[in-house]
Amino acid sequence: MARMKFLCDADRCIECNACVTACKNEHEVPWGINRRRVVTINDGKPGERSISMACMHCTDAPCAAVCPVSCFYTTADAIVLHDKDLCIGCGYCFFACPFGAPQYPRVGNFGGRGKMDKCTYCAGGPQEDNSRVEYTQYGANRIAEGKLPLCAEMCSTKALLAGDGDMIATIYRERVQKRGYGSGAWGWRTAYRMTVAG
Amino acid sequence: MRALRFLSLALALSVAAPLLALALGVSAPALAQQGTPRGVVSAEDLEAATLRQGGIISGRITIPDAAQGNLIQPEGKAWRDFHNVTLAWVGGIAVLGMLGVLIMFYMTRGKVMVNGGMSGRTITRFNLLERANHWMVAGSFIVLGLTGLNLTFGRHVLLPVVGPYTFTAISEWGKIAHNYLSFPFTLGIVVMLLLWAKDNIPGRLDIEWFKKGGGIVGKGHPDSKRFNAGQKMIFWITVLGGAAVAVSGYLLIFPFQGTDVADMQLAHIIHALISVLMIAAILGHIYIGSVGMEGAFDAMGSGQVDVNWAKEHHNLWTAEQLAKGGVSGAPGAQAKPAE
Ligand code: HEM
Ligand code: SF4
Ligand code: SF4
Repeated sequence: MARMKFLCDADRCIECNACVTACKNEHEVPWGINRRRVVTINDGKPGERSISMACMHCTDAPCAAVCPVSCFYTTADAIVLHDKDLCIGCGYCFFACPFGAPQYPRVGNFGGRGKMDKCTYCAGGPQEDNSRVEYTQYGANRIAEGKLPLCAEMCSTKALLAGDGDMIATIYRERVQKRGYGSGAWGWRTAYRMTVAG
Repeated sequence: MRALRFLSLALALSVAAPLLALALGVSAPALAQQGTPRGVVSAEDLEAATLRQGGIISGRITIPDAAQGNLIQPEGKAWRDFHNVTLAWVGGIAVLGMLGVLIMFYMTRGKVMVNGGMSGRTITRFNLLERANHWMVAGSFIVLGLTGLNLTFGRHVLLPVVGPYTFTAISEWGKIAHNYLSFPFTLGIVVMLLLWAKDNIPGRLDIEWFKKGGGIVGKGHPDSKRFNAGQKMIFWITVLGGAAVAVSGYLLIFPFQGTDVADMQLAHIIHALISVLMIAAILGHIYIGSVGMEGAFDAMGSGQVDVNWAKEHHNLWTAEQLAKGGVSGAPGAQAKPAE
């Protein structure tokens, strides 16, 4: 079984936000919710890098650990998903998540913030694969069709990589070897407790 | 001609320099480290440093949601440890420990009885406003406490029994109740402060009271005005703890309104810790006010307490009240005989 991961090669990312747009469109993500976003660090200074970030589908996922209704589950490909029919919108997963991935449709707590929404790695949810209900709640299920996440597929510079962790790490290492530099795999130490080097 | 020669020299040098560096033993570019035309930055080093020292790696974003500018916030790990480990232990020990202590106490010390028996004459201890306010605070506190504990322990205790869908329904209603009952609770705390603060100012008598073990642990009844030192403690725990819980709770109810994720985590930690400690303290209060002491419940039930109970537990206050002539029911006149 593959261990699915994301890897953003920040030395290639040009902050075009195509991944963000692809995600929004593919899943018809509502206004105000961002399953993926591009953050630019050291903006305008030496060491400026843009990093496309979404749910990293962590090992021993913090969101799942704190959810008071235990609504998370992990697929055989190590993709972290949740059941919106069980979520009570408490916001705890956002407190625990190192990447700010969980999103809520409403800001207030009265009447609820709504069901949490986050990147599904284009793998839908617990409903029947590619059914209408699954699409409405979670968006498209490309994984069930044998495809990888659309954000990475769409990336024009191939900065954003998705796929089995070992395979994308190999691709990244080869790139760094060829060009002689690389800022590393953002979030890997935090999400997977390992670096891309080994 | 000279210009051309200069150019070729420069070219030769630029080719030779890296070779020279290699020959001198400078290692080939390692992963994630070497100088780039855009300055050096290492994800691994930055993350390792933030994991060690705390802090957040953040930057600029092009969407309105400012919270999304945080790229990596490793504090989530500390909050997770608090919620799953610290809170579970502190809360579990505080609540179960207190219940255990109370059961042991009841079995060894038993009910605190009125030594002189009931007189059949009563005096007014709490008026209708005081009692109504007390029960508004108490009622909302119990629901707030149970629905709060459900968020901490429900998934280990209740979820396996009732199943995921019922448990979500309970938790969802619990959350709504927790949100809305915060208002009567907070109002009640404010009214309580206005009504009772003047009788709860610590004084010299309180030291004596503690020395004598409050007449519960020790023997004999120490002098006491309207509230004894134990009651004063409960009062200030309720008012000050309630205020802290209310402030932190409202920060949680209005997420990210002037707060960032670190503030939210802190508000939650304060809220949850003070809550479980308050629950433990209030369990003791409920015990003394009900099964733990004969005649105590009437004070908040009918508002009328037996004169003998009042004399034993609040002698100085009772003397004051009797002087004012607040007794009802002469001995023997009431149909109910003293037991
Ligand atoms: C003004 C009063 C209060 C307000 C505004 C308030 C608000 C909140 C909020 C917003 C949460 C986060 C979960 C959620 O969104 O549902 C929460 C959690 C909690 N509250 Fe309160 N609350 C109040 C009073 C109390 C009281 C009096 C108690 C205890 C007797 C209490 C115990 C708890 C506990 C134990 C948690 C859960 C901690 C956890 O497991 O994470 N709260 N409260
Ligand atoms: S990135 Fe956040 S939401 Fe995604 S698995 Fe990790 S903790 Fe959960
Ligand atoms: S918001 Fe939903 S998914 Fe997140 S911790 Fe709360 S109940 Fe679980």
